[in-house]
Amino acid sequence: MVSEVANLKIGDKALDFSLIGIDDRQHSLDEYSNNVVAVIFSCNHCPYVRAWEDRMVKIQGDYASKGVQLVAINANDASKYPDDSFQNMKVRAREKKFNFPYLRDEDQKVANAYGAQRTPEVFLFNSGGALQYHGAIDDNYDDPQAVKVHYLRNALDAVLNGTKVPVAETAPVGCTIKWK
Amino acid sequence: MLRVTFQYIDDCPSHEQALARLRKVLREERIQVEIDIIKIENEQQAQQLRFVGSPTILVNDTDIDPQSTEHYGLACRAYQLEDGRISPLPSEEMIKRAIRRES
Repeated sequence: MVSEVANLKIGDKALDFSLIGIDDRQHSLDEYSNNVVAVIFSCNHCPYVRAWEDRMVKIQGDYASKGVQLVAINANDASKYPDDSFQNMKVRAREKKFNFPYLRDEDQKVANAYGAQRTPEVFLFNSGGALQYHGAIDDNYDDPQAVKVHYLRNALDAVLNGTKVPVAETAPVGCTIKWK
Repeated sequence: MLRVTFQYIDDCPSHEQALARLRKVLREERIQVEIDIIKIENEQQAQQLRFVGSPTILVNDTDIDPQSTEHYGLACRAYQLEDGRISPLPSEEMIKRAIRRES
C-alpha cells in the first residue's frame, strides 16, 4: 500500500492503492494484476485533460480486448477547484462515457507516492507490475488530428508485443496537480 | 488605439504558444501594437485582475472569450473551439474575431 513517497522510475514496481471510484466502490490496483495498466492522474477542470479525455476513452476502447486497463485518478484539492469534486467526477464520467474507473485520491497520498506532478500524467505498467512508460498521452494536446507521436499507444503496443518501448519517458504536459 | 493584454501563469504550458498565436494574428491583420504581457504571480493578483485562467487575452480590456464566472485564480483555462473541442489554447479565429470587433 502507499505509505511513503516513492517517485517511480522506469522498471519500478507499481504501488498499490485503495481508492473510492465514481461507482462508490473501493478500487485497488490488485484487481488488475493480470492486466497491462495505465494509471493516469487526471481531473475535471484542467483544459489539457479535457482536450485529451476523448482520446483516453478511445484508447481504452481500442485496447480493452488486449487486456489493457486505464485507471484515472483525481487527486486535486476540490475545496479550491470545486469542478474537481467527487460529485462532479461522476457527472463528467457520465457525460464523456468514461469506459475506465475514475477514482478519487482525496488525501493526495497516491499522487504524492507516484511522484505525479501534472494532469494528465500517465504511468504505464506491464502485467508484471513494472513501470514501462511515464509521461504524456501523445505529442499534441491541442489537435488530435495533428498528433505525430502517439506515446501511450506506441508504449502499449510494445508492452503487449514484449518489445522495447520506443520512448519510455516524456515530460507530462498539463496543469499542475492542485495540492492541499 | 487598440490595447492588447496577455495574461498568463508559468505553470500552464500553453502560454508561449498562445502568445505566438496572438502575435501571428496581429501580424496578419497588419496591426502594430505593443502587447502588454502580464505574468500573474499570486492569488491576490489573480483576484485583483479577475484572472479567469491562463492564457487570457484582452482586447481593449475585453476578454476574447468572455466567461460567465466569478471564479478567479491561478489555473489554466479552457477554450471551446469552433468545432466544439476543448483546448487550452484560443484559436486564431477567436483572436481574429475579437480584434476585428474592436478595431
